[in-house]
Amino acid sequence: MDLSVKIGTLTLPNPLIAASGCFGYGVEYSDVVDLATLGGVAVKGLFLAEREGHPPPRIVETPAGMLNAIGLQGIGVHRFIREKLPELRDRRAIVFVNICGTTLDEYVELAQILSDSEGVAALELNISCPNIKEGGITFGCNLPATHAVVSAVRKVTSLPVIPKLTPNVTDVASFARAAEEAGADAVSLVNTFLAMAIDVETRRPKLTNIVGGLSGPAIRPIAVRMVYECRRAVRIPIIGMGGIATAADVLEFMIAGATAVQVGTANFVDPFIWRPLLDGLRDYMTRHRITMLSEIVGTLDTSKREQAWISS
Amino acid sequence: MPCDVDAAVIANTRLSDDYSVLALAAPEIAGLARPGQFVMVKATPGADPLLRRPFSIFEILRDAAGAPTGVSLLNKRIGAATSLLYDVEPGAHVRCLGPLGRPFEPADPPTRAWMIAGGVGLAPFLTLAEALAARRTPATLFYGARRASELYYTQTFAQLGVEIELSTEDGSRGTRGYVTAPLERALRSLPPGERVHLYVCGPTPMMRAVAALALTYGQACDVSLEQVMGCGLGGCYSCVVLTRQHPGATPHFVRSCLDGPVFDADRIVWEALTH
Repeated sequence: MDLSVKIGTLTLPNPLIAASGCFGYGVEYSDVVDLATLGGVAVKGLFLAEREGHPPPRIVETPAGMLNAIGLQGIGVHRFIREKLPELRDRRAIVFVNICGTTLDEYVELAQILSDSEGVAALELNISCPNIKEGGITFGCNLPATHAVVSAVRKVTSLPVIPKLTPNVTDVASFARAAEEAGADAVSLVNTFLAMAIDVETRRPKLTNIVGGLSGPAIRPIAVRMVYECRRAVRIPIIGMGGIATAADVLEFMIAGATAVQVGTANFVDPFIWRPLLDGLRDYMTRHRITMLSEIVGTLDTSKREQAWISS
Repeated sequence: MPCDVDAAVIANTRLSDDYSVLALAAPEIAGLARPGQFVMVKATPGADPLLRRPFSIFEILRDAAGAPTGVSLLNKRIGAATSLLYDVEPGAHVRCLGPLGRPFEPADPPTRAWMIAGGVGLAPFLTLAEALAARRTPATLFYGARRASELYYTQTFAQLGVEIELSTEDGSRGTRGYVTAPLERALRSLPPGERVHLYVCGPTPMMRAVAALALTYGQACDVSLEQVMGCGLGGCYSCVVLTRQHPGATPHFVRSCLDGPVFDADRIVWEALTH
């Protein structure tokens, strides 16, 4: 049974990647999961410099989901390379480093620094965080800017370049296309949906940042639809995410067109989720006599349903 | 390494309309737990509420031979998850992940240990009281609640040799007013050179006041903070607290699930702690 998938030049042992922002720097979870058994670990978004992030409360629960406005608190790329990357390397994790800049030059500098670091498997360009004003999302909400940042990073690295797209645009597929044209090896989607929640007793926002990003099972059907739209628009692999909590959810994204997936919020609920997800995928392959899981990518059957005869 | 246990509910003892003690079969967690650590509990299997909730480990449950069999949680009905857990009946299962977080370091004699608890802030102190009793550290519990009917388990603490100093906001038992008044009296009447270690858990204003008293009287103080937590394992960066590595240092947000929930009170930037 072969669960491996290919993202550009990269072969992952299975399609399950821990989503950025939901798995710390990976090392926090080395006690609960053998990192080498994951398809990959997308570490928390990194800027060049350290960042404090937003004051709490940073999360609030909503129906079948949660809002977050962490504000990309992080240790910066240099401390990451010194303090986290060696352990990730020792544990043989396939490391996707999520990078975030306030300017195009910062993305380029981050890409250069990380390309020279042993143990980085791919670069995920965070151009979609909804919670910070500067950088990031300004690249992800504007087609020429998306194209510019992807091609600039493309020029300075041989690592797979994977822009992470925001759903907070009218047409995600056009951004996937811009990324592909600029030389991206894959796209990942979706980041969180900009949202808010209000305490009606106090009339105050439940998050200090007022607005935050919605994740969890609540967003899954929208994310699946967006993956489906992007699949029809681009040829590069898609890494799908949004509310995945079961093996069936993984399969739904793959059938819609995702080559691999990321699991985020569900890891908060169950840090041991990886084993049942893998078991569920194997069970599905057995039941459907599939030897290579990647065969199911983009196999959505949209042929006309047989019409039932309506007796009068 | 934490365990995730599909824990059977052994008992759910309602102490009042708001409080219950939920006993869970979780020997793996009970065997590893240290004083002041916490667990993340999923009230229902479904997506609503989605996230787990952090709870201090209230008691380590043991069988007749003394082997750990489970943990109990002091639950106060506040929101959706705590209401579900208040209503849960024996035989049901809840997922329980732990033990997690930085524990209390129990003081050794001749230092005295003073535990200061406000309301549901009693939760982390029974495990600490046991550890203190094992070390023969003289211990006192300063315990405040709104009214007499919301003071629980005082006999259990007394049986561990803990001196009890009660206060209620309505004066229905012990000193009328906040728990900080009897605490300050006790601090003031300490003989010179006498060391006490304060351990505090309760509402933020109370903890802030106790931290200030500790500073005034030059005594060590550890606080157990309760923050909104997403995962309990350091993955989400939700539960951060603004702290200083040492006095005068630039403050930084640190995760209370990993660096806490127990912090040296000196490290906390109290002005920034709003909830």
